[in-house]
Amino acid sequence: MNFELGPELNLISQWIKPNSRVLDMGCGAGTLMQHLGNSLGVTGYGLEIDPDKIALCLQAGINVIQSDIEEGLVDFFDEDSFDYVIMGQTLQAMRQPSRLLDEMMRIGKQGIVTFPNFGHWKSRVQIGLEGHMPVTPALPSSWHNTPNIHLCTLMDFESLCRERSIEILERKVMNNEHKTTIGTRLFPNLLGEIALYRFRKMEL
Amino acid sequence: MPETIPKDSVGLVQPHFMHFDEPLSLDSGRVLPSYDLIYETYGTLNPAGTNAILLCHALSSDHHAAGYHSTEERKPGWWETCVGPGKCIDTNRFFVVCSNNLGSCKGSTGPVSVNPETGKVFGPDFPLVTVKDWVKSQAIFSDRLGIKKWAAVVGGSLGGMQAMQWTIDYPDRIQHAIVIASAAKLSAQNIAFNEVARQAILTDPDFHEGHYQANNTLPRRGLMIARMLGHITYLSDDAMRAKFGRELREGKVNYNFDVDFQVESYLRYQGMSFVDRFDANTYLLMTKTLDYFDPARECDDDLSAAFKHALASFFVLSFTSDWRFAPQRSKEIVKALLDDDKDVSYVEVEANHGHDAFLMPIPRYLEAFSLYMERVAKDACV
Repeated sequence: MNFELGPELNLISQWIKPNSRVLDMGCGAGTLMQHLGNSLGVTGYGLEIDPDKIALCLQAGINVIQSDIEEGLVDFFDEDSFDYVIMGQTLQAMRQPSRLLDEMMRIGKQGIVTFPNFGHWKSRVQIGLEGHMPVTPALPSSWHNTPNIHLCTLMDFESLCRERSIEILERKVMNNEHKTTIGTRLFPNLLGEIALYRFRKMEL
Repeated sequence: MPETIPKDSVGLVQPHFMHFDEPLSLDSGRVLPSYDLIYETYGTLNPAGTNAILLCHALSSDHHAAGYHSTEERKPGWWETCVGPGKCIDTNRFFVVCSNNLGSCKGSTGPVSVNPETGKVFGPDFPLVTVKDWVKSQAIFSDRLGIKKWAAVVGGSLGGMQAMQWTIDYPDRIQHAIVIASAAKLSAQNIAFNEVARQAILTDPDFHEGHYQANNTLPRRGLMIARMLGHITYLSDDAMRAKFGRELREGKVNYNFDVDFQVESYLRYQGMSFVDRFDANTYLLMTKTLDYFDPARECDDDLSAAFKHALASFFVLSFTSDWRFAPQRSKEIVKALLDDDKDVSYVEVEANHGHDAFLMPIPRYLEAFSLYMERVAKDACV
């Protein structure tokens, strides 16, 4: 099957070691799992709640488990079941992001998350100068119909990680063209629209 | 039968018999010296023999899964919804086999068959059989059909239990297990329902300790009540409300114990018609088979240990309103398979039909099932 792996998924897949075991939480159509399986011999499962997307996963031939991320994980997964637990563009839509990070660290050796950076200058301008909730390419929905109930900035996320004893192993920040530039490297919290983190439980 | 056979039906079909002379040792320690299996097939086995699908039937069902036996037959086989040309289990691509389980009253050797050793009907003397026994008999049957490996073994409810047992007992003979509305073991509540059903039969004065045929009678009331109880548990509260509500048959209550509400009428009809097509000893036996199923028991109650050597890929489906085989029971299966790093997909279909949902044309269900069957087809190279 032909499919386009977006720049974000492409960056994630660069972090994954061949033949590892992966859980993709909120796997959508299963594009990442399919790619990882085909190109890196990765095995594992996608987790998804939306029946339309589950159908696409079944079509793609990946292992998909229908479950709510926040309620369902304990039903299915033991400690350290996976090399990587991935959550792309989902953390900010969860009721309890902090508990979920703990869960990721319970069932995976490493975690990978991506989220829209609320500290991006466009958001700051719209809320600070224009006085309304931001609507940007990375945050396309208006305040009343957005799934994103827990938006955060890079700084917020990193401070939560410290609080939860999570060690950040790698961070990538992309602008709205999905590129990493000098600007996003120098001022990530201002110029980065999408943040990607790879992390693990801090060794105590 | 409809006046013309629909294009997506296998149409007119005939059951076949196969006789087995080799004794079959059963879990109970008893031995069946010889036996017959009745079965149907749809579609064509490909030359490589890779496209065979085994359907396993549920409690009171049989080998007649699809199509019609005659132009007079009112209803098609029990899984007409899912089996036929272009359907989920596409008979244009797959060779589909459905055999009637041992101990049934529908043609395979069971309590209503004549015991060749005594010349009399087995009745209550027919040995209790387990899911493991069934799967063993199906494996011998597969040998005779020349099928080395099933592309998939598929079943709902008690049928799903057989599919699971296949992956445990014959790991290299099954590529995919499709387990629908099933459980890795019955809950206490579930066994309790079966026990009430059995007590209804066992305490019927016409039961005669199972020798009712010799006494020229039938435990009609017992079997009817057993079926009525079963039927309640196969439907959901919502489904019953939608179907009957509190609708009165005559528009008023009659202040007696005759039928007031439509639901009573329905249950009585279901119970009575069941008596004409099912056997009480068989019902007792089948419910025990359900109760006994527990593959984890041999592994210190560790289900993942039971599945450890399974090689199949699994597709597990449940239905939200099914309280007899609730989604939680399916999740237990999935959890055990995940612990073993097995290939497994799990879908929980939103449906208000209760346990019966697995026989219903629910679009989400048929969609997911069809898509998974594409994977089966791909692996089977068809």
